[in-house]
Amino acid sequence: MSNLLTASIGRKLLMSVSGLFLILFLFVHLILNSFLLLDGCMGFETGQLFNAGVHFMGTNPLIKIIEPTLALGFVVHIVYSLILTLQNMKARGQQAYASGKKTTGVEWASLNMLPLGIAILAFLIVHIFNFYLKMKGYIAWEGGEVEFPFFGSMATGENAYALVNEAFQSLPLVLLYVVGSVALAFHLAHGFWSAFHTIGWNNPIWMPRLRVISNVVAIILGGGFTVIALAQYLFF
Amino acid sequence: MEKLINLTLKVWRQNGSKAKGRFETYKVNNVSTGSSFLEMLDMLNEQLVNEDKVPVAFDHDCREGICGTCSLYINGRPHGPDDDVTTCQLHMRKFTDGQTITIEPWRSTAFPVIYDLMVDRRAFDKIISAGGYVSVNTGGVPDANAIPIAKADADEAMDSASCIGCGACVAACKNGSAMLFVSAKVSQLAMLPQGRIEASRRAKAMVAKMDELGFGNCTNTGACEVECPKNISLSNIARLNREFLYAKFQD
Repeated sequence: MSNLLTASIGRKLLMSVSGLFLILFLFVHLILNSFLLLDGCMGFETGQLFNAGVHFMGTNPLIKIIEPTLALGFVVHIVYSLILTLQNMKARGQQAYASGKKTTGVEWASLNMLPLGIAILAFLIVHIFNFYLKMKGYIAWEGGEVEFPFFGSMATGENAYALVNEAFQSLPLVLLYVVGSVALAFHLAHGFWSAFHTIGWNNPIWMPRLRVISNVVAIILGGGFTVIALAQYLFF
Repeated sequence: MEKLINLTLKVWRQNGSKAKGRFETYKVNNVSTGSSFLEMLDMLNEQLVNEDKVPVAFDHDCREGICGTCSLYINGRPHGPDDDVTTCQLHMRKFTDGQTITIEPWRSTAFPVIYDLMVDRRAFDKIISAGGYVSVNTGGVPDANAIPIAKADADEAMDSASCIGCGACVAACKNGSAMLFVSAKVSQLAMLPQGRIEASRRAKAMVAKMDELGFGNCTNTGACEVECPKNISLSNIARLNREFLYAKFQD
């Protein structure tokens, strides 16, 4: 264990585990986002389901532990990606191949994990200013108090739905969210299976399946966020 | 059908490791499509010697694809445009009349250029010295069934053992990583009972040496697997990851 984190494979393990943890978070995030669209089919008034979800996330005592852990996950994933990429650039050397790289059959996403990651980070920063800081009360906003059903009774909280709904009426913002989600999809298409590969998974039957699952995860998450943003713009 | 083709070569020339390199352009005519790539370079060198010029230095030895000595980054790919062959096995029929061929050395910080197209691949030897062996004398050839080994394991170990250490994986890798090489060398022993005993020590020592020598970190991109002349599988890398992490968590 001693010097695990100074070894290349140890650092990659950190990338892998932090990445999988962030994917888990994205699934939770997607489920909550889906509430934006589901009021109608669940028989609630517009916004009630999402407001209840936001209220739950804001008041749940576990969040106080999960939130810093999540932030740590992001920091580890980003910091180690930079450390490893700088080492890789150094290992590759200054001199590029004059005849280029014509190796075929290599995943495009796997060659562009850093640019995709930077795109996601840029999106993340905008996203945090758009919603997170406001919902957490760091930036003032006027949503007003609303009532919504919450575990069998009624509760009141701020109208987070209005904040999201209003933001998603802006076409440039929606397009930015679509771009961010597509970048995320490509990042995950490589990242998901690669994370298991780094942990040491090389079962000949499951590895091809894992690559398929990786694409499915990428489509569910990237596609899910895209659809929600577009649907909010078009139909709500 | 064998025919003769005329070629333009853009060859990397570098007078020693400290010198600044540059591309030189040469014409080689009447190259038989039945000849190998290295025979074509022999023709170029003969031409240069006859002109009282310094011949192009390139690595070669067995010329039958088993020694791992030849290298060369040809038209954007290690070991040239054909799949699953070394440069010495590359036929000139893969090229067309009038084509320009760019020939470069492996590019990687851990493989510095020695002269022209020759690079210093002793880093691989150092990694092997760090643990790529079984340290007890195993004596003569044992009786075939004295130690039962599953056919699947034996086959996989043999596949890993087919790595010839040419360095195409490092040359192809966007990260300059040697993981495919190291993982093949760790795997070929880790899957057999004779090598299993030292598996943990071997994985740790070889990875530590690989890191120390300035190779990059694997991102599971898979260009190495595509360009490997011996078809070494990427799954070796996952096995190395597992062997290494298992060894570290045991400490």
